[in-house]
Formats: sequence, C-alpha cells, structure tokens
Amino acid sequence: MAAPRTLYDKLWDSHVAHSDGAGNCLVYIDLHLTHEVTTPQAFEGLRAAGRKMHRTDKTIAVPDHNVPTTPDRLETIKDPESRLQLEMLESNARDFGVPYIPMSDIRQGIVHIIGPELGMTQPGKTIVCGDSHTATHGAFGALAFGIGTSDVEHVLATQTLQMQKSKNLRVQVDGALPTGVTGKDLILAIIGRLGTAGGTGHVVEYVGQVFRDLSMEARMTVCNMTIEAGARAGLMAPDDKTFAYMMGKPHAPKAAQWEQAVAYWKTLKSDDGAKFDKEIRMNAADIVPHVTWGTSPEDVLPITAKVPNPDDMSDANKRVSAKRSLEYMGLIPGTPLEQVKVDKVFVGSCTNGRIEDLRAVAAILKGKKIASHVGMLVVPGSGLVKHQAEEEGLDKIFVAAGAEWREPGCSMCLGMNPDILQPGERCASTSNRNFEGRQGRGGRTHLLSPGMAAAAAITGHLTDVRKVM
Amino acid sequence: MEKFTVLKGVAAPLPLVNVDTDMIMPKQFLKTIKRTGLGKAVMFDMRYEDNGAEKPGFVLNQEPFRNAKILIAGANFGCGSSREHAPWGLLDFGFRCVIAPSFADIFYNNCFKNGILCITLPQAEVDKLLAKAQEGNTKGGEFAVDLSAKTITTPDGVVTKFDIDDTRRHNLLNGLDDIGLTLQQLDKIKAFEAKQKAEQPWLYA
Repeated sequence: MAAPRTLYDKLWDSHVAHSDGAGNCLVYIDLHLTHEVTTPQAFEGLRAAGRKMHRTDKTIAVPDHNVPTTPDRLETIKDPESRLQLEMLESNARDFGVPYIPMSDIRQGIVHIIGPELGMTQPGKTIVCGDSHTATHGAFGALAFGIGTSDVEHVLATQTLQMQKSKNLRVQVDGALPTGVTGKDLILAIIGRLGTAGGTGHVVEYVGQVFRDLSMEARMTVCNMTIEAGARAGLMAPDDKTFAYMMGKPHAPKAAQWEQAVAYWKTLKSDDGAKFDKEIRMNAADIVPHVTWGTSPEDVLPITAKVPNPDDMSDANKRVSAKRSLEYMGLIPGTPLEQVKVDKVFVGSCTNGRIEDLRAVAAILKGKKIASHVGMLVVPGSGLVKHQAEEEGLDKIFVAAGAEWREPGCSMCLGMNPDILQPGERCASTSNRNFEGRQGRGGRTHLLSPGMAAAAAITGHLTDVRKVM
Repeated sequence: MEKFTVLKGVAAPLPLVNVDTDMIMPKQFLKTIKRTGLGKAVMFDMRYEDNGAEKPGFVLNQEPFRNAKILIAGANFGCGSSREHAPWGLLDFGFRCVIAPSFADIFYNNCFKNGILCITLPQAEVDKLLAKAQEGNTKGGEFAVDLSAKTITTPDGVVTKFDIDDTRRHNLLNGLDDIGLTLQQLDKIKAFEAKQKAEQPWLYA
C-alpha cells in the first residue's frame, strides 16, 4: 500500500510534469493571476527573447495595485508612472492574448479577491501570481504561492516552474473561537507563535475544528497571511462549505463536470498517518482579539496587553529589533495597547476586503460616528464586493459614520496609489503588513481585524472590539 | 544571466533581522517598467533623509561600503513581498552576493534568477564575517567568494566553507537561462497537459 500523504504531497505529486530524479521538478501551473506591477518586465523578457506564451487560457490580467480608489479614476490617472504601468498591462494582455479585466468592469478588483469570486480558484489547482499573498487561494485546497517576475516570465513561457518540494508543517487549532474573535485574530496569534520565519521552507496545512467552522472568507484571511509566517503557501482541505461557495461561480465546472470535479476534490485531504516535518498545536478558546505593536507581523499581542519592554526580551537580536520598532512606532513600553491613539483607519486589502469583512465593520459602525480626529477609508476588494455591499446598504452606514467609501483596489495596504499615510500618522489597518514605511514613509501601522478597526474608528484609539459589540 | 565564478569585493555589514523587501525597495520604485536603474533606491528610507540628503550614519553611505559587492545581514533576510525589484536594486547597486543566517523563500529564489548568490551560514559564522566587514571601515581590503570551491575568504585570509544546492550552483556558474532549459522539456509539458485533460477535463473546459 502506498505511504499516507499530506494534502500538500498530493497537490505536489499531481503537478510534477518532469523530475530530474534529484529533487528538481517542473511543476505545472493551472492558474496564473497577473497584475500591473510585477509583469511589465516579464512580458518585455518574452519579447526580447522572441518567445510566445505557452498558452493563454490559464492566465488572467487585472489591474489592482496602482489603481486610484476615487470615482474620477476612469477619467484620468494623475500619476504618470502608475498610468504607464496600467496601460502596459492592458497592451501586454492585448498583444499576447491574455484575458483582461479593465478598471471599468464590475469584476475588477484585487487579484486574490476576484480569483475566488469568479470561480477560477478551485481545489486541486496550482495557482501562482507575482504577489506573495497568493497564499490566499490555499483556503480552497489549491497549492497557491507568490513568485517573482522572472518566474512570472517562466510561467508565461512554459506554464511551469522549476521547483524543489517544500516541507510539511501542520498547524492544528482545537476548539472554537470566543465571541468577537475572528480569522484575523487567529492568524495573527499563529504568526505570533510561529514567528515571521517559522514557516520558511514549509507549506502549512491548517487542521482542526476551528478552521472547519470558519467561513470561506475567514479561511482566505488565514491562508492569505501564511506568508507573514514565512511559509510560501497555506492549505485547508476543501469541504462542503468550499463546494457550496464555488457552485454557480462563472468559471466553476458545470453540469456533469461539476460532479466529476467534486468527486476528485473530496480526495484532497491529508491521509491518516501522513507525516509532517513540523507541527504546532494551539487552543482556539485561548485566543482573544489581537493587534500588532511593532514593524513585523510577529510583533503581535492580545489587545488586553501592554506595549512590551525590549529589555525584558532574552534574545539579543529581538531586543535590538524591538527597540528599533518601538522608536519607529513612537510607542513607550508599558503603555496599555488600548490607550494608543490612531489617526487613520483602513478597511480593505486582499486580507480583509471581502463582503463578510465589510459586514463586520458595518455592524459596529451602524448608528455611530467615528471619532472627530480619525479619517477612515473603506475600500472594497472588488467591484462585485462593492456592488454587494451597496445592495445591502453597508455603504450608507460607512458614510453616515463619517468614513469614505471608495472604488476597489489594493489601496492603502501598500500605498502604491494616492492612498498613503503621512509621516508619523498612526493607522489601525485590516491589511497584512506593518513594515516600516509600508503604508507611506514614516507611517505607523497596527494590524487588526475589521471589527477591531471599526472599534478603533469610533473611540479614536485601539480598542477591544468586545467592548463595543 | 551573468556567470558567477569568483567575486572579489568589499562586504557591507547590515546586522538587522527580518529586513523585508519593502525596506530593501519601497513601493514608489515598483512603478518602473524596467529591471535596471534601481540601485539608487536600495534601502531608500534607511539611506536618505526626507529632503533626499544621505544619512551619514548608514553603512552604504560610508566608505568603502559605497562600492560593496557583498552584503552580510541578519536572519530572515528578504521577507515579505515577492517584489523582484528588491534583488534588481541590490544587483544594480553592485551586490552579487548576500550572506545571512537565513533567507525568505521567494527572495532567495529571485536572487538566483538574477545571478545573485545567497549564502546561508550559521549565526556564529555570520557574526564573525560581520565583525570582519565592520573592520573594513578602517582597514579596507576585499573579501573573496568562490562559488566553485564554495568558500568565503576574508581580507585577512580566513576561509569559511559554505553549502549550496548543486543545481543552483551549476546554473549560476554557467549563467544558464532557466526558460531555455525548461523549453527543452516541452514534450513532457505537453504530455502532462494531455494526461491532465483526460483526468480533469474541467480544467480545460
């Protein structure tokens, strides 16, 4: 009998198109998501070498990183560099024959939001994109990971990647999350436990009742931030919830092929006794709302905690980096996190820009006003999310509370468009990275859940969402 | 890709952990449509004041490190974003080799695609090299990285061995084009597609 395999083993084995026998494999890619920032040089590389794409039916192009989120964006994009990059995506898509979703299309949005929304993201697929948050799609039991531009070019030319297999890491979380605690808190707590390099060289599989209980949106939030623990991909075995989410999506399999696909997808789970190279185990009941205090996603604590004192840290490297982080963040050790005042609140990104996230924010903001010194941006992850939110009247709640309701894109998650923090500004953000300068030079980012972001908007400082629910 | 055989040059010490690719290459430089010209943007926020003046305390603004070809850094170097603009910038600055206790996966791979050698060594070994590199400020002298022999030689002649995957080493030593190599396996890729289409027809619908 064959040895028991992990979900990752199965996904890997089923995509090796060639192996040299020494661990170097050509891995076939079923879906290639492309956007304007990490593709111009790849298409240029093809042209320079006189190469064509291997095939065009497994690639989709959509602008997201650079696009402004103001309504006038269809008339003009002021930043000439952004405009050029966006124009190049469109012309490259046209020249090479890649399906392209323009900014004016309701389906436009962040690549990692629209893949699942359109049913392109499917269990069992290998999915790549020149973006590290491609890990998102692992929520469907797809092997999905970010790549650099040279590899983007490689996939365009060959529909494969040269790879060596990663190791298996199992993250098991037992029990159920307490009220007010979300998938975002769960993944922040996991990153806090693993550290930003804890998953390096591994593919993570999330197992345990808590993940089965999560909605597809929350599962995507968890898998999305797997990269912040250093792992290239995060995986969850697909289940009935996954199939229900996918059914009827435009690119989902149809009719008899749907039945055939589901039968196959049901085999995509780790076998009993499958071997993991590394395992961690946590208890969901112990997790409370989390927020980051430093400049790395591993610098995270429960909202009930205080800003840590670097002098209490035993690891010398940690001590040095924590001192640097606190100086950058303008925080004093011992300050209760709930007393940290914020200037901006950002709701959006591929981590938390889905309809469920917007509903969570609206539930807190409904009938309330945001603090007078706070500016709040709510940026839907896609045109379809925006449409759904408006159907439900969520936009009216945001605007009535004093927030700005914008057009879809990556926006202030990384500030490649005009949505940036000013030096010294402090932001409660539902995005995924609190790196120095990430949201604008000198900007200070605190990562948290959508509900926590809404709570901070109302009180004007970091706040335990459970107090305003 | 340019071949990598023996690299001789100044090594710059950057003893920080978790240096992310946003730090190596901030977002505003990701709007380029070229691979070149990003050397001036490397470590931008650490390197320049708000008014554009150099921060004199930063290592790459000091002699002899302005001309460094080797970067020695802390653990988890290159974490975060997949942006290849980070290695493009390092290469454009003049770096052909980065030495650290550990690297983030995507960055590591991106470097090799651009002819930059990443060397992973135990923290204690990296600490010794960092100390030697810091002396470079006063004493000068060059490090030598020999990929064929898998050795690093400090200016005072101390040799450190390193390990590296044979395939990566071979490709770097010979400056091989990955895509060209893969296209030699085109029949295997097409055979895979035929088999997959028969087994999972919905992927080709």
